[in-house]
Amino acid sequence: MSRKSSLLVQDRRTKKRNAAETLFKGYGMIAIAIGLLMLCILVFNIVSRGAGAFQQTFVTLEVTLLESKLDKNGNRDLADLKKVSTFGYAPLLKTAFEQKVTKAGLDTTLKTKAMAGILSKSAPADLRNFVLANPDQIEETVEFEFLASSRVDGYLKGRVSRDSIGNDKNISVEQLDFVDQLITEGSLEKRFNLTFVTGSDASDQRPEAAGMGTSMIGSLFMMLVVLALALPIGVAASIYLEEFAPKNWITDIIEVNISNLAAVPSIVFGILGLAVFINYMHLPNSAPLVGGLVLTLMTLPTIIISTRASLKSVPPSIRDAALGVGASKMQSVFHHVLPLAAPGILTGTIIGLAQALGETAPLLLIGMVGFIASNPPDSIAAGLMSPNSAMPAQIYEWAKRADPAFYERAWGGIIILLVFLVTMNTIAVLLRRRFERRW
Amino acid sequence: MSLVKLSTSALAIAAVTATAAAARDQVQVAGSSTVLPYASIVAEAFGENFDFPTPVVESGGSSAGLKRFCEGVGENTIDVANASRQIKSGEIEVCAANGVTDIIEVRIGYDGIVFASDIAGEAFAFTPTDWYLALSDTILVDGQMVANPNTNWNQVNASFPDQPIQAFVPGTKHGTREVFEDKVILEGCEATGAFDVLKAASGDKKAAEKACIGLRTDGKSVDIDGDYTETLARIESNKDGIGVFGLAFYENNTDKLQVATMSDVVPSTESISTGEYPVSRPLFFYVKKAHIGVIPGLKEFAEFFVAEEIAGPDGPLAEYGLVADPELEKTQTNVADEAVMNSGS
Repeated sequence: MSRKSSLLVQDRRTKKRNAAETLFKGYGMIAIAIGLLMLCILVFNIVSRGAGAFQQTFVTLEVTLLESKLDKNGNRDLADLKKVSTFGYAPLLKTAFEQKVTKAGLDTTLKTKAMAGILSKSAPADLRNFVLANPDQIEETVEFEFLASSRVDGYLKGRVSRDSIGNDKNISVEQLDFVDQLITEGSLEKRFNLTFVTGSDASDQRPEAAGMGTSMIGSLFMMLVVLALALPIGVAASIYLEEFAPKNWITDIIEVNISNLAAVPSIVFGILGLAVFINYMHLPNSAPLVGGLVLTLMTLPTIIISTRASLKSVPPSIRDAALGVGASKMQSVFHHVLPLAAPGILTGTIIGLAQALGETAPLLLIGMVGFIASNPPDSIAAGLMSPNSAMPAQIYEWAKRADPAFYERAWGGIIILLVFLVTMNTIAVLLRRRFERRW
Repeated sequence: MSLVKLSTSALAIAAVTATAAAARDQVQVAGSSTVLPYASIVAEAFGENFDFPTPVVESGGSSAGLKRFCEGVGENTIDVANASRQIKSGEIEVCAANGVTDIIEVRIGYDGIVFASDIAGEAFAFTPTDWYLALSDTILVDGQMVANPNTNWNQVNASFPDQPIQAFVPGTKHGTREVFEDKVILEGCEATGAFDVLKAASGDKKAAEKACIGLRTDGKSVDIDGDYTETLARIESNKDGIGVFGLAFYENNTDKLQVATMSDVVPSTESISTGEYPVSRPLFFYVKKAHIGVIPGLKEFAEFFVAEEIAGPDGPLAEYGLVADPELEKTQTNVADEAVMNSGS
C-alpha cells in the first residue's frame, strides 16, 4: 500500500531503464561515428592518392618537321609517309631540344638523347599522327605539347626526388636539373589532364599517356546489355510470379532459388560465362557483349527481388478496385499496379546496375583484364563485339603494373568509378523521393 | 514507354551483332604476366605504326595462356601465347589433339630474376647455397638430412646480419618459381653436398632433385601467388623481408628496393647478357601458323616483335628490362620463314 510514485521523481527502476536507453543511444552513436570515420579515411586516402592522376606534366616544344627525315621522295604521298615509323621521328625531337637549348640559352651538359628522355615515349607517335594528318606542314616549324615522362611527372608531383633516383636508370640528376631550367623558362608545367578521363590504356613504358576513356566505353556497353536484358526479363518474371503464378511448391522452389542465386559469388557467373558464352556459343573473347551477359545473370536476382518487393507494396485495394470496375487481371496489373511500383523497380534496377558496374571477378575469366582497352570502338557493333576492358578491370590491371605512376592512375580510376557509383545511387534515391507513394 | 522501345532495339542490335560474330580483325595474345609488359609495349607500337588495330594482350600466366592456345584453331581462340618458360611436351600433345599442330616458337630474349629487400635495410650478397640453407625444408648437417633449424640469416652465413629469415617467393603457378628452384635452390643443394646424400639414399636423380627443391613451410618462406606488386607490398610492411622480383620490376622501383648480388654479380641487363649473373631465363611467345593469313596482321606482329628496332639491344624492350637475345637474327629468319617446331628448323 505504501508504493507511491510520482511523474516528477523517478523511482529506481525507471532510472535504470532510462540509463540503459541512454547507454544504447551512446553505443549507436559510437557505431555511426566509427562508420563515418572509416568512410572519411577511405575517401581521404583515395582522393589524396588519386587526385594526382588528373594532372600531368606537359612540355612545350617547337619541332621542325624536316622533309629529309619524313618524306625523302618529297611527294607528300601518304603511303610513303606511313613508311617512316615512330622510330624515324625520334631524331626530330633530339634536334628540337638542341635548338631549344641554343635559343633559350639553357646551360646543360646533357646529350640530346638524354634531353629527349624527359619526354614520354608517346611523343614520336603524337608527332607521326600529326604529320600523317597534316602532310602540308612538313618543312614547317610547329609548336607541340608533349607529355613528360612518368619520372619527370613524378618529380613535379613530389613522388620522385634527387635522393630517390640513385639507382634509377630511367632518369638522372642532370636531367632533373634540366627539367628545373625548363620550368623556370616556362615550357614545362603541370596542369589538368583530360586524357586521363578520355584516353585509352597505354603500355607499361608510358603510364603518363594512359586513360580510362576506352574502358569507360566498355563499361557503358556492358551496362546497356545488362539494362536491355535484365530489366525486361526481371520485370516480366517478377510480375508473373507475384501477380499471376499459382502458389504451389513449384513457385516456392523458384522463389527460394532466386534468393539463393542472389547470394552466389560473382566469380561463379564468370566461370559459367566462359563455359557457356565463349566455349559453347563461340562468342568472342574479351567482348563487352559477353561481359554484359555475365553481369546480366548476376544482376537478375537483384532486380527480381526488388521488383517483387515493390509490387508487393502496392496495396491490394488498388487491384480490387480495378477488378471491381471490370478491368481484366492484366489491365489491373499494367494500368495500375505496375505504374505505382515503377519507382521501386527503377531504384532496384539502378542499384543492380551500380553493383554490376563495380564488378571485376567475372571479367577476369572472360578475358577483359590485360592490355586491352587500347582501341576506342568506332561503331555500336564494334563496341559490343571488339575486345574491351571495363573500369574496375582497368583499375585492377593498373594496380598490378611495375611503374609507380600506374599506381597513382589506379587510385585516380577509383575516383572516376566512385563518381559514377555515387551518381547512380543518388539518382536512385532522388527517383524514390520524387515518385514514391505511401499508403 | 520509350524505355521498352529502347531496350528492345538494343536487344535486337545485340542479337544481330552476336550472329555476325565472324571476322576478328585484331591479333589476340594471352599468357605470362612476365611477358605482358613487353608484349603490350610491342602491341602499342604495332598499333601506331601499322594500319592494323592494336593487338589485345591478356595476362593470366604461362600455363593458362598455353592452355587457351591449345584449345583449338579458329577465330574464337587466341593467336599468340606468351610464356616465361618453354612449352612442355604434354602441352604440345594437348595442342595436337585439338588440331593445333604447326606452332612457331619465338624466343624474344632473356629476363633476369633478382633478390631485393627494403632500401633502408641491410645489404646482402647471396650465393645459391645461402638460399638453400635458408629456405629448404631439410638441410645437410653432419652427414644427416635434418629439418631446417636456421631462423636468422647469420646462422646461414656468418657474414650476414642477425636478421630473421623472411622470404617472399613466387607461388607455384608462376614460371618464375621454376627458375628459382632450378637455378638457386637446386644449385645450393648440389653445392652443399645434400644432393649426393639424397641421391645415395633414394638411388634416383629425379627423386633427389625433387627432395632438394622442397621449401620450408614454417612461415619463413611465403609463396606469393599474386604479382610483384604484392611482393613489394609485403616487403614494405615487413622490413626484414627479402623478395624475388623480375629485373624490370626492380628497375622501376629502385627508390623502394635494394638489390642483392648473386655470387658477387650485380644483376643488370649487361651482366645477364654476358651470362655472368646466373639467375635468368628465356622468354617466349608461340604463334599458331594456321592463323597466319586468316587473322590480319598476325605475321606482321610476330615479325615486328623480334625486329632489331624493337627487341634489339637499343630497342624499347631492352630499355624496359629485357635482355636482348644475341641470336635475334636467327629468330627473325625463323619467323619470316614461318618455321614450325619439330620440323628440323
